[in-house]
Amino acid sequence: MSISSSRLEILKTYKVYIGGQFPRTESGRYYIASNKKGVALANVCLCSRKDFKDSVVAARNAFAGWSSRAAFNRGQILYRIAEMLEGRKAQFVEELTKQDLTKAAAIAEVESCIDRLIYYSGWCDKFQQIFSAVNPVASSHFNFSVPEPMGVVAAVAPQNTSLLGLVSLIAPIIAGGNTIIILGSTQMPLSAITFAEVLHSSDLPGGVVNILTGKVSELLPYFAEHMDVNAVAFCEPDNAAQQLLKDKAAMNMKRVIIKDDMKWSTATAQSPYMIMDFQEIKTTWHPIENIGGAKAGY
Amino acid sequence: MSKAIKKNTIQLKFDSARVYEPAIESKSAAKIKPVYDLFINGKFEKPLSKKYFNTINPASEEILSSVAMAGKADVNKAVLAARNAYERTWKKMPAAERAKYIYRIARMIQEKAREFAIIETLDGGKPIRESRDFDVPTAANHFFYYAGWADKLEYAFPNRKAMPLGVAGQIIPWNFPLLMAAWKIAPALATGNTVVLKPAETTPLTALKLAEIIQEADLPPGVVNIITGAGDTGANIVNHADINKIAFTGSTAVGKIIQRAIAGTNKKATLELGGKAANIIFDDAPLDQAVEGIINGIFFNQGHVCCAGSRLYVQESVYEQVIQKLKDRMETLIVGNPMDKNTDVGAINSREQLATIQRYIKLGNQEGAEMYQSACALPKKGFFCKPTIFTNVAQSNRIAQEEIFGPVLAIQSFRTDDEVIEKANNTAFGLSAGIWTDKGSKIFNLTSKMRAGVVWANTYNKFDPTSPFGGYKESGYGREGGLHGLFPYVKLV
Repeated sequence: MSISSSRLEILKTYKVYIGGQFPRTESGRYYIASNKKGVALANVCLCSRKDFKDSVVAARNAFAGWSSRAAFNRGQILYRIAEMLEGRKAQFVEELTKQDLTKAAAIAEVESCIDRLIYYSGWCDKFQQIFSAVNPVASSHFNFSVPEPMGVVAAVAPQNTSLLGLVSLIAPIIAGGNTIIILGSTQMPLSAITFAEVLHSSDLPGGVVNILTGKVSELLPYFAEHMDVNAVAFCEPDNAAQQLLKDKAAMNMKRVIIKDDMKWSTATAQSPYMIMDFQEIKTTWHPIENIGGAKAGY
Repeated sequence: MSKAIKKNTIQLKFDSARVYEPAIESKSAAKIKPVYDLFINGKFEKPLSKKYFNTINPASEEILSSVAMAGKADVNKAVLAARNAYERTWKKMPAAERAKYIYRIARMIQEKAREFAIIETLDGGKPIRESRDFDVPTAANHFFYYAGWADKLEYAFPNRKAMPLGVAGQIIPWNFPLLMAAWKIAPALATGNTVVLKPAETTPLTALKLAEIIQEADLPPGVVNIITGAGDTGANIVNHADINKIAFTGSTAVGKIIQRAIAGTNKKATLELGGKAANIIFDDAPLDQAVEGIINGIFFNQGHVCCAGSRLYVQESVYEQVIQKLKDRMETLIVGNPMDKNTDVGAINSREQLATIQRYIKLGNQEGAEMYQSACALPKKGFFCKPTIFTNVAQSNRIAQEEIFGPVLAIQSFRTDDEVIEKANNTAFGLSAGIWTDKGSKIFNLTSKMRAGVVWANTYNKFDPTSPFGGYKESGYGREGGLHGLFPYVKLV
């Protein structure tokens, strides 16, 4: 009998990701994530309102720095996230198969995530040019409109995937300069937290992405109510939840972005319009001096 | 050792009798009917509610006309007309033809510009100079601009096809009645939607005049329906099950009610709500121009402007100088009869709004701010308010936090760029901001850090059909004007 065969395996503790750190939920609560056969996979944090509030503080603190980074730099960081994910592909495939995916499906999902990150990495310094405008106003003014990030986005990841939906939502939101608090899939939470480890090793500043696990029904009202959140994103075709979200979001006129008709595994789920869903448009005016008779008529 | 300051500017003498002879615009150049019905399905129809209400001239309190009060059954009728027009006519019409109808409306507004300006001023109280030179031409231009988009939408949305949403319910405010109607109707029609529009209770007349033009332009019946009424009429539009899109301009309080009302539906919304814009004067700014900008920012249209520069921040080193110049300039403002072409500040739109403004003025005094009002005489009749500024204002004062929607300015000083950025953004609103400095890099630092949808640098209160307008935060969402103003009216497939 070899020594290694008797070695006890180290089990991973799935903690959450807030402000670039991996704390446990402050509530001390947990739930058991299990696969369809009922096999327990891990004890997962059942996050509370306080965890969410802490995440909003972290996201707000990170916003000024992240939104003012060069777009090129944001693109590089998204590319780096893809690189890190590529390097840990095997780990994610294994984790996804634990969560009931076939090996082929797991490989396809991880590869889609990597490609999607690369896709949005490229958009970081391009969508502004597509969606900006120099406006030909009739008066003597220089006038232009540019997209700017909305700010802090609270999102619920698509619940039917462990990784792909989460990545498909995080990427366009941070590519556009927002910071985000995202609740992973309740049923399949493992890869959300493992993805946090990827983010953590990708030069992404702490607080730009904050990942929580827990119950949608418990946290959704807090997402919608928090007065320092600028936008909420929700992807389930659940009318009651959507109504609750839109209703409470009115408290501070949060933007409500509903993506309940997406096929996350197809190319239709990625576009610069996904980035624009989380952008404001700012218009700037400045007079043009118009004195004397000098004309650029040469 | 004191050194005499060289005086090389001409000193204005405000105590000398510089009186302008009145130059009153003629009422007779405009035709106002004694009674207006609802414009539904291309015809003026008596309201099923059988009710009417009066609209008055706020400068004289005289009754101008009696207008129909649309009840629920009338709203249903208007929405049905819009739905039928959408399904049967408008969405099928070649886009280039749609464009030509919108061009017609633009041209007819231009033809009747003087009449529109007179009615706008009589019904709303704004100076005729502003109706004539700003509201009416800008409204016509807005139709002209969006007309041209109708058959060019495939160039606006790369890699997507733009489909109309259906029937748009549009509710507009009383501060720029015709212009807001243009901002709402023009992009909706250009993108293939049909419209039910409700003008504000106190200023329905130019929208009804626009209805006459729409009739004259032979627009297919039901494509634009204009129904008058008050808050209940608006609520009936918002809650109507067959409306696909709500576009609202008005207060943040009502905007929140609308968002809640449509929370359980798939209605899309554009909300253009209140503001409390910071107008920031740095010590290197051209101060005389900046003072003009302050005046224009807060006293344009009696301060009934959602993007009014109602919070003034002046850098400490020029504070005394700017305040003195501002006070001097305020004394030259001509306040009074809106129909006088010399008038700068006209009548407050309604008795209710005047009461609101007066309540805030009282509050400002109670909060310990120092008030200064120009020494002008106000007309005996009608609703008027003296141009008013408050100094010694604290950031937490209600007059510095809440939208007053009148000619009342809250002034604070600041020392550093970072300080003023913090202060300017320390508000629930985010519609607009103003920045005055001679230094280009400082302009771009400030404009990029303002959390506001429209930023004017070394200018203020400028608008153009090609230029997107709309807010951040609690000032609402969606843009009106320009290419970006098309997005709220389309579904991209």
